[in-house]
Amino acid sequence: MKLSDEELAMRRGEFGPLRQWAIEHQIRVGSYLGAADFVPVSQAHIMADTESLGRAGVEWLENWVVLPERERRVRIPTITDPRGTDFAQAHRLKQQPWMLELERRAIAAFEALGVLMTDTCINYQTIMPPVHGEHVAYGDTGVVIYCNSVCGARSNFEGGPSALSAGMTGRTPRYGFHLDAQRQGTFLVELSWMPHELNDWGALGGMIGCLAGDYSQVPAVIGIEQVPGPDELKHFGAALASFGSVALFHIAGVTPEAMRLDDVVAAGRDLPTYPIGEADIRAFQRRYAENVGAVDLVVFSAPQLSLIEMQKLAGLLDARQLNIPLLAVTSPQVKPDCDRLGFTARIEAAGGTVLSGMCFYQSYAREMAEANGWRRLATNSAKLVNIIGGYGYRPVLLSMEQCVEAACAGGHIPAGSS
Amino acid sequence: MRGGPHSGGVVMSGKIFHAAAGMGRKVRAQALVASDGFSARYDLDRIRGVFSRPEHKLAGETYQGRVLVLDAAKGGVATAWMLHEMKSRGVMPAALVLNRANPIMVQGAALADFTMISGFDCDITKAIPNGAEVEVDPTGERPFIRVV
Repeated sequence: MKLSDEELAMRRGEFGPLRQWAIEHQIRVGSYLGAADFVPVSQAHIMADTESLGRAGVEWLENWVVLPERERRVRIPTITDPRGTDFAQAHRLKQQPWMLELERRAIAAFEALGVLMTDTCINYQTIMPPVHGEHVAYGDTGVVIYCNSVCGARSNFEGGPSALSAGMTGRTPRYGFHLDAQRQGTFLVELSWMPHELNDWGALGGMIGCLAGDYSQVPAVIGIEQVPGPDELKHFGAALASFGSVALFHIAGVTPEAMRLDDVVAAGRDLPTYPIGEADIRAFQRRYAENVGAVDLVVFSAPQLSLIEMQKLAGLLDARQLNIPLLAVTSPQVKPDCDRLGFTARIEAAGGTVLSGMCFYQSYAREMAEANGWRRLATNSAKLVNIIGGYGYRPVLLSMEQCVEAACAGGHIPAGSS
Repeated sequence: MRGGPHSGGVVMSGKIFHAAAGMGRKVRAQALVASDGFSARYDLDRIRGVFSRPEHKLAGETYQGRVLVLDAAKGGVATAWMLHEMKSRGVMPAALVLNRANPIMVQGAALADFTMISGFDCDITKAIPNGAEVEVDPTGERPFIRVV
């Protein structure tokens, strides 16, 4: 990789050992992935829940905290993905003291490095959405795909160590979606049915992700009749990234780089085209419900809920009583508004639990299942159903309304659901 | 368990399969092969050291000390930390060999100083028999895997 004078100085350790480690890490990654040089980035977003970090990762972070302040603090605004708990509600989840202690240590270390503990995977809805063409270093695949596709920003998937490196150096290796050539469509999806519910959008994203297969693929969707809203594209993108390791999509006439399909598909290029209709989406949803007549809990998470999703959930729960646990997970930025506007009180009056700053699958999901006897889970998040099976759950993908009905019926899934 | 580890093909001892990129150290171990993806978060019970995702073709298989030969990197960003965490407890594969990597696997391998190679001119999950003793060498100009 071609290095500037400042990058060479970082590599020599002239900016301290943390920035030296960071630039070396970035050079290793960039060299593997074919980066010619670095590109400056304006923001970083770090995924670092302690289930992923483990004790080793927390200790690794703490080793840097002893450095002088000028050597240890990030250079650009650097924020965090959800944590592994909501300290105020951890007892209701039966999380163990050692989990909370590890979380506290990780938070203390990040704060010492100058990282802002925003604890959200919907920063594009709540903190500072990037602008078209802005180069950033985001973690959380849902954040990356939304910001690349809907905002027109430029980021690769930056795992925690690389996002922290970007925060320290103010740059990232220039490969992948920082390059124009990587952002062209590689296959077409011809949609003959407009999804309605968020779980429909998630299922569509999941299906396209399965078609894509790897990080280099960029689907371009045609046939969308109405402009989808932010929550719809949030669920679509999160599932597409989760199922397919995809970091960018285009929707012709909707997303900013594809106002015309020709903008993302070179003239004369014959791309593979896949038709998707309602029957395909319903079949995708049904495959998770096979042989599951009832569930033990309902989870709304992954991504964290927006204020509008929380409002809808509160409305569905008015004058209802839940018979199984229902967890609604939102961001620390949205939660105070939910409190102020009465959504939290309405959800909790029905017996639900509102959680802030965490994400269900990032919060020791296996240990929570064992402690609470949770095995079967209903959600409207296609991303969550894709992940949570590995933690020992049997997930079912339903609409928000169907999830609420199941939770009010002692977990029994209403006939005809999905 | 649906599907199962790839076990077809003829053992072509000594044949070298070059990769487009690699990092880490030279290792030699038994291969665990499947035409399926890989994500440490989605697919593994990292405490027990087994594939835990029911739909994965290696569900129930122990991965500790094995060279994983799989199709593509999948899932989220957590693997970037998790390889380091797995290594700290000594419950990790010997190496990862992928048809197609993504940045997260590369970042995780870089942090953990883990052996990984990727990018072949054939489907490497079809070329390496499950259970074969293999050598993975990312140290030269042309990283490679070969059946010993």
